[in-house]
Parts: sequence; C-alpha cells; structure tokens
Amino acid sequence: MPVSDWFKAREQRRYTVVSPGAPSADLPDGVWLKCDGCKHTVYRGDLEANLSVCPHCGHHAEMPAKDRLLALADEGTFEETDATLSSTDPLRFTAAKPYAETLASAREKTGLAEAVVTGRALVGGHPAVLGAMDFRFIGASMGTVVGEKVARAFDRAREEERAVVFVTASGGARMQEGMLSLMQMAKTAAAVRRFSDAGLPYVAVLADPTYGGVTASFPVLADVIFAEPGAMVGFAGPKLVQETTRQSLPKGFQTAESLVEHGFVDAVVPRTELKATVARVLDYLCAQDVHPAAEGAACPVAFEEGS
Amino acid sequence: MAAVRHVMEFERPIVELERQLEDLKRLDVSAQPELASEIAQLEAEIAMLKDALYSALTPWERVQVARHPERPKTQDYVGALFSEVVELRGDRAYGDDEAMFAGLGTIDGVRCVVLGHRKGKNTTENIRRNFGSPHPEGFRKARRAMLLAEKFGLPVVSFLDTAGAYPGIEAEERGQAWAIAECLETLAGLRTPVVVVGIGEGGSGGALAIGFGDRLIMLENAYYSVISPEMCSLILFKDPQHAAETASALRLTAVDLVELGIADEVIEEPLGGAHRDPALVLARVEDAIVRALRELASVPRDELVARRQARLASIGADSVRE
Ligand SMILES: [Zn+2]
Repeated sequence: MPVSDWFKAREQRRYTVVSPGAPSADLPDGVWLKCDGCKHTVYRGDLEANLSVCPHCGHHAEMPAKDRLLALADEGTFEETDATLSSTDPLRFTAAKPYAETLASAREKTGLAEAVVTGRALVGGHPAVLGAMDFRFIGASMGTVVGEKVARAFDRAREEERAVVFVTASGGARMQEGMLSLMQMAKTAAAVRRFSDAGLPYVAVLADPTYGGVTASFPVLADVIFAEPGAMVGFAGPKLVQETTRQSLPKGFQTAESLVEHGFVDAVVPRTELKATVARVLDYLCAQDVHPAAEGAACPVAFEEGS
Repeated sequence: MAAVRHVMEFERPIVELERQLEDLKRLDVSAQPELASEIAQLEAEIAMLKDALYSALTPWERVQVARHPERPKTQDYVGALFSEVVELRGDRAYGDDEAMFAGLGTIDGVRCVVLGHRKGKNTTENIRRNFGSPHPEGFRKARRAMLLAEKFGLPVVSFLDTAGAYPGIEAEERGQAWAIAECLETLAGLRTPVVVVGIGEGGSGGALAIGFGDRLIMLENAYYSVISPEMCSLILFKDPQHAAETASALRLTAVDLVELGIADEVIEEPLGGAHRDPALVLARVEDAIVRALRELASVPRDELVARRQARLASIGADSVRE
C-alpha cells in the first residue's frame, strides 16, 4: 500500500510538536514555547540546550537534521558532504501545484538543498559517516536526491572504512518523483548491502515519524536499531491502517516502545543519552580486526585519520 | 476472444452502443428495410470507437485495465508457462501467506524459483489471498525462496500484481517494513539471475520487494507506481477524485518506465487489454521470459550482481544536480 500519507499520520499523533521555528501566536518572538507534551511554557534557549527535549515531561520535539548531527558528532569534527545536491524535478511533476514550487518553498523554509544532511565526523572517537533526515523538508520524503545522498554516504563509509550512524524521520517515498523515488528504496538497500558485506558497523536511530518506503529500506537494515522515546514508526500510516481495517488501533500502536516489545528495535534511547549510547556500540563493533582487544577495553581510535 | 463480464467505467459508452445494436438486431428487418443499413452503420461506428478508445488509453484507464478482475493472474502464468511445479509454502517463522506465491517450476527446460503476488479469481479466493496484498510472512516466504534460488543456482522469475503490502494492524506489528527491506537487501545482492514481469498492478513497496532484478518486463497495461493515483490525489488535492490527473503525473505506465530507464521491455496486449485474449498474452510473456533467461544464463554471477547494482545506482542519478 502506498504510505506517503504522512499528513494523516501527523494528525493521528497523540501529541504535537514544539517547533522552535514556529512559536505559538500568543507568545512573543519565539522566546517562550509551549510544550505540547505537558503544556508547560519553556524558555526556547533551555529547550535548545536540552536537544529540544522538554525539561518538564521529556517530550522529544522535532529537531533540524544539522542540529542532530552536531549533537552526535564529537565537538568540531563534523564536516558536511554533498551539501548542495538538489533535485531537477525529473518528472516535471504537477498535480494541485508544481513540484518545483514545493521544492523551492522547502529550500527557502529550511535553508537546506534537500531533506537529508550527511557528513563525516568522529563519534566517541570513531571515524563515522553520519546522516540525518529533516522532516521540515517535504516531510523528509525520499526522492532521487535523498536516495543518492544515502547511497553515497554508505559507499563513502565503505571506501573510507567508517561506521555509519543514521537518524531517520520521513513520511516515506517522495511521490512527486514517482517510480524514481520507489527505486531509491532498492538503491539504498543495495548500498547498505555493499557496506554491510565489508564488515563495517551501522547504527540506525528511528526518530518521529519514520514511515513508508523509507522505513522499509535502509533504516531497518542496520546492525543495531535504536528509536527515540514516543517516536511513531511503521510502514503504513495509522490513519490508513484504521481506514483499511475498520478496527480501533491498539494502545501504543507503532510507537518506539511497542516496537521494542515486538522485537524490531533494540532499545528506546532518550536523545540526551543518544551520543553516549551510540559511541558505546561503536566501541564494540568498530575495527576489531585492526585492533585486537588486547587491553580488553574499548577499541583504539584513529583520531589522526583525515576527513 | 474471451467473453468479458466486467465493464470498466471508461468502456461504458461503447457498452451502451453495443446494447443499442443488440436491440436493433432483435427487430424485424424484413418489415423495416432501412434497418439493415442502420445496423451496419452502428457496427462500423462501434468498431471505430473501440479502436480509437483502446489504442490510446490514458494512464488512468490503463490502471483500470491493470486491475480488471478477469485479467490473467500469477497462477495463470505459473500454470501455463511452467511445468513440474512444486509450491513452497510458509515463512518458517509464523505462517503461510497465500497472497504471495513461491514455488519451483521449469520453463524452456530451465529449472527456476517462481515468485508472484497472488490475487484471487473470486471472492472466496480473494479473501484467502487478501486480494493479493501480502503480510510480512509473504515477503519472508519470498525471501526464503530467493535464498534457495541462490543456493542452488536457480534463476528467479517474479510476477508483480499487487495493490500493495497490506496496511493492517498485525502486518505492522509483525514488521511489514522489516520484511520488505530484507527482501530488497537480498535481491540487491542475489547471485542468480532475476527476471521480473509486471502483469497487473505494481503497488509501491509491496511490489518492489519482489520487483527488481536483471530484467523488468512490463505488460502494456500493467502499471508500477510509488503510490496509487487515488492516494496521491487524496494527499495532494485532499480529494481522491483527481486520480486521472495524478495517474498521468506519476509516470506509472509501462512505456514511462522504459523511458525512465527502469523497465527493459513492453509486451503489447490485445486491443482492450490482456483479458480479451489471455492465450495470446501468455504466449508473449513466455517468449519474453525465455529470451531473458537465455541472455542472462551466460553472465558470470559476479558481473550479474555488479551490473544490477550499477543500474540501481544510476536510477535517479541524472536528476541530481551537484
Ligand atoms: Zn513537556
């Protein structure tokens, strides 16, 4: 079933997002934000300092992709790659409005060329390629550019013998690029396969929301899969499931917590503990062949490796 | 020509004229001599209309033909084209999903693993087979069969005909996305030839899970799409009524897919669709599969996988601006 119904998925959520970029009308200048998890008013600076996690209730708000990557990378090590890659609107798609306009306004709104940000960095000292999707950019849907950047990220990591850490959030495949988008699922899965065959580690972090053709491709093929608290993750959006089955959805349906219960995710990890948790996994999985664990401690790290 | 029961929306004007023709023919021609010429004229008109209509179907009309209930289905192709068929059932983890066919079969003397979405021919069958929309078990069974093909060096022939993976509660709870992704990863590196035939509906990720390989052969009226035209219309227009427009915008027809570099070959269907002459279509599909298998047989396995991956890597690469 087509599952780019992320508009609907968003409506179904039990809570809404505190968007640091879009403060409520009754609050001045976005200095104070109202958490939709607990309705507390939060000072914007406090929220951002806490990785957009509400200090009162722990609600995880949406986060720009670059901020996510800077939070994961060792300080000063992140170097973005393929930053200018953008779509040429290959189908000249127009329905309701031209896709070119949708792209232009997404670029203007986010300051990004596309819906995924990738780059090299160290994580806990381990050389890695990082990626994060930015939901503000057309629901972080995967078209040719997202697919190409994801594939390049895995290929680059393979060539440079780096780990991959990817934070996902997406409504699914980008319908405005048609079958070219659907094929990105196969293209990114192939890139993961090449990477994985090289014996290098891949950690995925499923953030809210991750759906459709994106979930069913590169994210769930990771060696270790974490999810953020409360994140909604699935193939078909909840509204579509409800309309198709005419059943009421079970409590906690498609939440990160229920995915752990059903055996599809390793752990729910709060954003504030994410970097340390990912780094610990990489300690186990990185470069064990090169550095036999003679000292019995975390594997040594190639700090001097050029980026 | 087979007698067709199901009438598609866009055929109604012709069906109405045909009904009028039948009425005229029931009248007594000897009593009204001018009737004979009227009948002849109407017959000629209908023939012309049919030709004009069916030879220039819009993408949305093709989607309706692809969904025609009397269109030949996976089980028809498996039954007619393959001998010594042994069905493989079960995912070895949870159950057997009848929406997905997996089996062993021989075509042109070549032993193969055969996969295909399996729609029913009537309501009872369709309920058992969930209208051809698989649960995770279906994809896991397909993956099991792919790995078997690789292990024993058998090529894979896969038939696409699904509206999509089933969007159900249990399907989600049993890892629909995981099951599909694992198929994609497996196919991407499978060390044996994979020939895919789009025979009807190619609905999104549920089709793609068994829907790419070394050759993609599409029936003229089969479609393959990232999203159904109706759902695309619902999202973009907040209204499902613009499906004809989104069907065109999505570039989902067989010819579109060749132009986009995704499909390799289009098999011409009889005027009005495959259901009008199934035997002819079965023969053409057999010929296309046999040719593809012969071409791929001599390609070294490493090169086969490298070519498949290089082709995937190139899809969309042209539409990326540095
Ligand atoms: Zn709160």
